[in-house]
Amino acid sequence: MSLVQSVDHVALLPAYLAGGTAVLVLLADLLVARAAVTVAVAAAGSAATALGAALVGAGDERRSFCVGADCSWVFGGRAALVAALLALLTLGVLAISGPLLRAGRTPPGEYCFLLACALTGGVVLGAAGDLITLIVALETLTLPLYVLVGLRRGSLAGAEAAVTFFVVSVVATTLTLLGAALLYAVTGVLHLDRLGATLAGRADLLDLPLTTVAVALVVAGLAFKVAAVPFHAWAPATYDGAPLPVAAYLSTASKLGGVVALLAVVQRALPATVTGPVLALLAVLTMTVGNLVALRQRRTVRLLAWSSVAQAGYIIAPLGALALAGGRTADARAGAYAAAVAYAVFFVLLELAAFAAVVALRPADGDGGTLDDLRGAARRHPFVGAAFALALIGLAGLPPGLAGLFAKVTVVRALLAGHAGWLALVVAVNAVLGLAYYLRLAATLYAAPDGPVPVRPARLVVLALGVATVLAVVVGFAPQLVLDVAIR
Amino acid sequence: MTWGQFLLVAVLALPALGAVAAALVPGERAGRLVGTVAAGLTLLAALPLVGGEHGWFGYGPRPAVQPWHQLDLPWAPDLNLRFHLGVDGISWPLVVLTALLTLLCCGYTLWRVPTGGGSGRALVALLLVVEVGILGTFLALDLVLFFLFFEVVLLPMYAVIAGWGGDDRRRAARKFALYTLFGSVLLLVGVYVVVAAAGTADLVSLTGGAGLSRGTQLAAFTLLALAFAVKSPLWPLHSWLPDAHTQAPTVGSVILAGVLLKMGTYGLIRVAVGVAPEGARWAAPVLGVLAVAAILVGGLVCLAQDELKRLIAYSSVGHMGFVLLGVATLTATGLQAALIGNIAHGVITGLLFFLAGAVKDRTHTGALAELSGLRETAPRLAGLLGFAAVASLGLPGLAGFWGEAFAVVAAVRRGGGLWTTLAVLAALGGALAAAYLLRLLRRVTHGRPGPAVAGVAPGLAGAELTAWAPLVLLALAVGLVPALVLSYASGPVGALVEVVTR
Repeated sequence: MSLVQSVDHVALLPAYLAGGTAVLVLLADLLVARAAVTVAVAAAGSAATALGAALVGAGDERRSFCVGADCSWVFGGRAALVAALLALLTLGVLAISGPLLRAGRTPPGEYCFLLACALTGGVVLGAAGDLITLIVALETLTLPLYVLVGLRRGSLAGAEAAVTFFVVSVVATTLTLLGAALLYAVTGVLHLDRLGATLAGRADLLDLPLTTVAVALVVAGLAFKVAAVPFHAWAPATYDGAPLPVAAYLSTASKLGGVVALLAVVQRALPATVTGPVLALLAVLTMTVGNLVALRQRRTVRLLAWSSVAQAGYIIAPLGALALAGGRTADARAGAYAAAVAYAVFFVLLELAAFAAVVALRPADGDGGTLDDLRGAARRHPFVGAAFALALIGLAGLPPGLAGLFAKVTVVRALLAGHAGWLALVVAVNAVLGLAYYLRLAATLYAAPDGPVPVRPARLVVLALGVATVLAVVVGFAPQLVLDVAIR
Repeated sequence: MTWGQFLLVAVLALPALGAVAAALVPGERAGRLVGTVAAGLTLLAALPLVGGEHGWFGYGPRPAVQPWHQLDLPWAPDLNLRFHLGVDGISWPLVVLTALLTLLCCGYTLWRVPTGGGSGRALVALLLVVEVGILGTFLALDLVLFFLFFEVVLLPMYAVIAGWGGDDRRRAARKFALYTLFGSVLLLVGVYVVVAAAGTADLVSLTGGAGLSRGTQLAAFTLLALAFAVKSPLWPLHSWLPDAHTQAPTVGSVILAGVLLKMGTYGLIRVAVGVAPEGARWAAPVLGVLAVAAILVGGLVCLAQDELKRLIAYSSVGHMGFVLLGVATLTATGLQAALIGNIAHGVITGLLFFLAGAVKDRTHTGALAELSGLRETAPRLAGLLGFAAVASLGLPGLAGFWGEAFAVVAAVRRGGGLWTTLAVLAALGGALAAAYLLRLLRRVTHGRPGPAVAGVAPGLAGAELTAWAPLVLLALAVGLVPALVLSYASGPVGALVEVVTR
């Protein structure tokens, strides 16, 4: 075996582009020192990353950093989807950051640099082929966010939120690392596919208590990242204290990262007999608790935060079908993974639109405020309000928010194909709970307006909202587009 | 694309485009006018759907559903979703009824916008969206598509109640939305139970059981029947209905009672019974008992009601009980009774809600205690109310008679102790209907005019007459010539009964 590995630089192109964006942003901030240029560089870099990921992903799967048949870098359809989606989300978050950056309490150079760093982590995450790369990539995605949450100068809430997030997240990473170490101790391998083959091939390993503990630790650590109940308590406090665009990033890009990591280990590495029941339980708890608590929220961002906890439950739900033997056939498994990815794609689109609408309707540099602050907003700004209502209804999973409806349909279909009818019923009943609060928020938008003078939505924010809405409508009428990329 | 396919698309596209146009056209009145024109064109497109091949002859095995026209396009293969529309004798009368009632409601809105804050053209746009959903539900020949359209109705109707309704509209609207969503999520699960087992969502090939195992059929029928029971509504899942009907604006109540409830009974016949016949046979006694309970409970509750709209709303529970009893017998007579009962209830209750709205608009109260002597001050309105009430109680010669009488006949013919008892109890329920409707007439039209009624002007507006006349005529026509509905339905119903009892 040669000691010098040949590196496939084409496969690494998206990561280079994302990393290069971070460096360029830093340089632009240093040399030009104008906020507009910095943001433009970050936006251009994100767009280039998305394009690069799409181009590389259009071809065959590319592998690099291989030891024998096991590779640490596998850039296939899923990796391309994740990279492109994260890059586009970064672009969207940059677009809705205008009011925050103009308010002057947040340094634009650092802000854009940190976002680009997080993007780099996300791009690597999708292509990670072994446990260490996966965990490091996930940490690279999360680490900049600790700072971003507390970046606003003089914001006590932001600092509190950042510390909460930091502590919880570090504990979660430690758990995952410990789990990975124990898995290595049991099997002696770290590559995801090899790990899956080893655990599947040797039944005696599965009987070891150590294996079960290791698997549970990995899954629990990753469940923190997606804010699944009972590892969710950090999310509402963090979202509410963070600046709105960062909260949007947390609930879309960061959550997507967690889902991708969870999906990678569940699909490729860990035995379904152990993860299935755990994930089914997590999904049921996450959906139900998230929805029930969201019913009582009076603050907009907290409501969206709890609702995104519940949505994480819907994303995990198809994986819960692995709990039963009927859900572990090859077809059912492929369907379940595709359904989770498809739901995540539909969800981040609608969630980004919802947050963009909140940013548009709230004063610059303001927080999300209470529901009452949005009273009558749709009568003052008919189009922004309608887009917001459409996003909320989509999150609830009803027409005319067809994207959300098809997301729920995909999940229910995968569950029933996997003979997990009971879990499908839980999802269905939770959809009713969800409608109760989404409807309350949407109805508030159309209530008779009173109180403060309306703010004028920033143009770029409205543009981002418009693009997200149009995309949501398009995939709502052509869900097959999303389903096709999700299954790759 | 054939002429029939063009019509099928037009029936859905016209109201959808009309809704967009009504919302975007500058000018309040222009918007309402555009919407009404779209509703009129929809009716014009729905009527000629009856033309075409009705072929019910030939040898050998034939599908239980033979659409007159159909359109089948792929949409999302990974979800087993096809854009498959079709119309036959079971759905066509309902399609026409929907188009007619929507047109009447839009026309009525042209004349009077209910108070409550919202603009009239937004109301018209929402009514048209509701129409798209209802028509789509009746036309869908793909289970998943059926579910999609079933869901489309929910939020626009919520907005109609919440935006233009009575004093307690928010609570009523929320209750409506959450209850009926509960029904439709069960429908979603039921649909995919069937699709996962059969591998297809095509209603034409699924009708008759399509080789589904007994367990699957029982599970599917339970889920589907529950879903439709919420929508119909079947006692004891009816409690959203009185609030929604009472609080909704007049046009909302008309659409709700006239055609929205029919989505439930239509779904029960076409989807639940058609796809899971074994489950239907298994659950028929339970369904029959619940239906008769609905008839009796509805009648008794109506006897104790002292609010005009609430009484009419509760009477729907009883009338839909007859329809469900007809379906539960699983005989050709029963299903025919259910179909004609559907149409009759849509026409008569639509008319009753229009009249109740007119009474409330004039007197500003719906309390029976404050209404009396309407005959003295507004004889024409009182006369129409009398006509509608008598039609509703099932007087022979008017539309209400056929559905209720033949539901009872079907139950008797079904034979056996249970069904005979049910028939007797249902007949008693019919007598209850006569009692509460006559009580309603005595309280409202007879007696001395109270202070609320004294100032009512005797005349009727032209718009009111225009909106009501078609319903009055239809109630007469369907009553005198039930073949208007039954002749189209007999072929498909016969084929359905054949596969169900096979």
